[in-house]
Amino acid sequence: MALAPAITDIEQLKAHPALGRLVGWNASVVQAVKFDREELTIWIEKDAIREVCAILRDSPDCPFNYLCDLTCVDWYPSEPRFEVVYHLLSIAKKERVRLKVRLDGSSPAIESVTSVWPSANHYEREVFDLFGVRFSGHPNLTRIMMPDDWEGHPLRKDYPVEGYR
Amino acid sequence: MAQFPATVAEPGQDSTLVLNMGPQHPSTHGVLRLVLEIDGETVVRVKPEIGFLHTGIEKTCEAKFYQQVVPLTDRIDYLCPLTNNLAYCLAVEKLLGLEIPPKAQWMRVLMNELTRINSHLVWLGTHAMDLGAMTVFLYCFREREDVLRFFEMVSGQRMMTSYFRIGGLALEPPLGFFEKVKKFADRFPGNVDEYEGLLTGNPIFMMRTKGVAHLSAEDAIALGACGPTLRGSGIDIDLRRDAPYSGYENFKFNVPVRTEGDVFARYLCRVQELRESIGMVQQALAGMPEGPVKADAPKVVLPDREKMKTQMEALIYHFKIITEGFTVPAGEVYQAIESPRGEMGYYVVSDGTAKPYRVHMRGPSYANLQTLAKMCEGQLIADVVAAIGSIDVVLGDIDR
Repeated sequence: MALAPAITDIEQLKAHPALGRLVGWNASVVQAVKFDREELTIWIEKDAIREVCAILRDSPDCPFNYLCDLTCVDWYPSEPRFEVVYHLLSIAKKERVRLKVRLDGSSPAIESVTSVWPSANHYEREVFDLFGVRFSGHPNLTRIMMPDDWEGHPLRKDYPVEGYR
Repeated sequence: MAQFPATVAEPGQDSTLVLNMGPQHPSTHGVLRLVLEIDGETVVRVKPEIGFLHTGIEKTCEAKFYQQVVPLTDRIDYLCPLTNNLAYCLAVEKLLGLEIPPKAQWMRVLMNELTRINSHLVWLGTHAMDLGAMTVFLYCFREREDVLRFFEMVSGQRMMTSYFRIGGLALEPPLGFFEKVKKFADRFPGNVDEYEGLLTGNPIFMMRTKGVAHLSAEDAIALGACGPTLRGSGIDIDLRRDAPYSGYENFKFNVPVRTEGDVFARYLCRVQELRESIGMVQQALAGMPEGPVKADAPKVVLPDREKMKTQMEALIYHFKIITEGFTVPAGEVYQAIESPRGEMGYYVVSDGTAKPYRVHMRGPSYANLQTLAKMCEGQLIADVVAAIGSIDVVLGDIDR
């Protein structure tokens, strides 16, 4: 089974309910798209993420009403350094989509989606704890895995695997 | 006799008491700490505190070769190691574009359903014991022992199996394995009747579970519940049926869904799943295809011992895989599968080298834990124990 080449053309992928909905709503929030290994990724404008999530959640044809996962990838040392990754699922239509937001390394911050899905609470705390990305509007942005007095963010690529000794 | 206040106090008022539960508490099923705010016997607010078991597995994965990550995945959700193995292997196989031979796929389904039985038996035993029914625990662990012996037969390990490898299975199942599983599968529905006879109609068990820790369908979706917790609230979703992987599309099974949304509904869902799982084990045994258990990809899959010792080429591949690993084309994959607790997702990012750039595990327990606060509000303290049992958290899965 050879890998099919990735598709990055928005026009070709408009049939996907998530992308169709977003382009129909406001095409300027979509920075880029990629369809690779049967999975669709949409890069979203940083300031629009909460609105985009709400729009997708309330989409009449294919509501992406379930937040599967929220995590982050650190692309240190390249910039923009962080990518916050959202995996959404439509329980009714069994469709999936991955949203991504690129963030600068200097002071990474993004709007919280806890007002759209309360389930984002723990995921955003985890990303804050392990990557140091701040989520504005989060009800309780504190460390969740590491002790409260821990210094540094362990999942960043410039943090050594064996820790600072 | 003193008058008790008729209404329950608001959180944060002077009349409430903050009570610590855990991390060393027998009914939190691991090192889960709950900060309960109570008014008399009634719970006003629950705050889960986690992280006591955080071992940084995601970070460790980034420093290992792809094939070296498999044993780490065993240690995440230690009650269903094979499900973790499968989710990770499927994710990497998807990244590689690797095709798996049918026998390996069927074996994976067979082992996965045995794992589900194993995990549900531990849940059933401990959940019933939390609620005061000691006998069920002993019965469940009797059958669990059989399942662990099967794991030992195929992999040499009872719990940390690492039996699934990227590209197939570690080894052929040993002689006599299928006969033993068949014997167990014929006997097991009778055992489930036994558990149900002790619990399902039991008035004490029903009083402790019916109408307790209610979770509505809207709340379940908004709070990210998954698996039997979601199905117990009336949402019909099962990834084995809705997004089949590893040959699940060849199997016939029902997805038990209950609409009550209480502890008893989740109990009924899981007990019914035990029966469905053993049905799938029977189907897997009956239709087990013949053939190899490893993919034909010499650069990814380790050669047989025999070949390695007799063929020069196999020896070279073996040496290369062990010392340098194998490269995986750049890209990313989110592979979700149905673990006994719900949607287990592995998000693997490759940058084209022999080590994963990022591995993130979306644990079902982590998602289900967020529903606990909603379930417990307004319930009695004793019901908190029932609620924790009903969402079946595994702390290794939460903290990673």
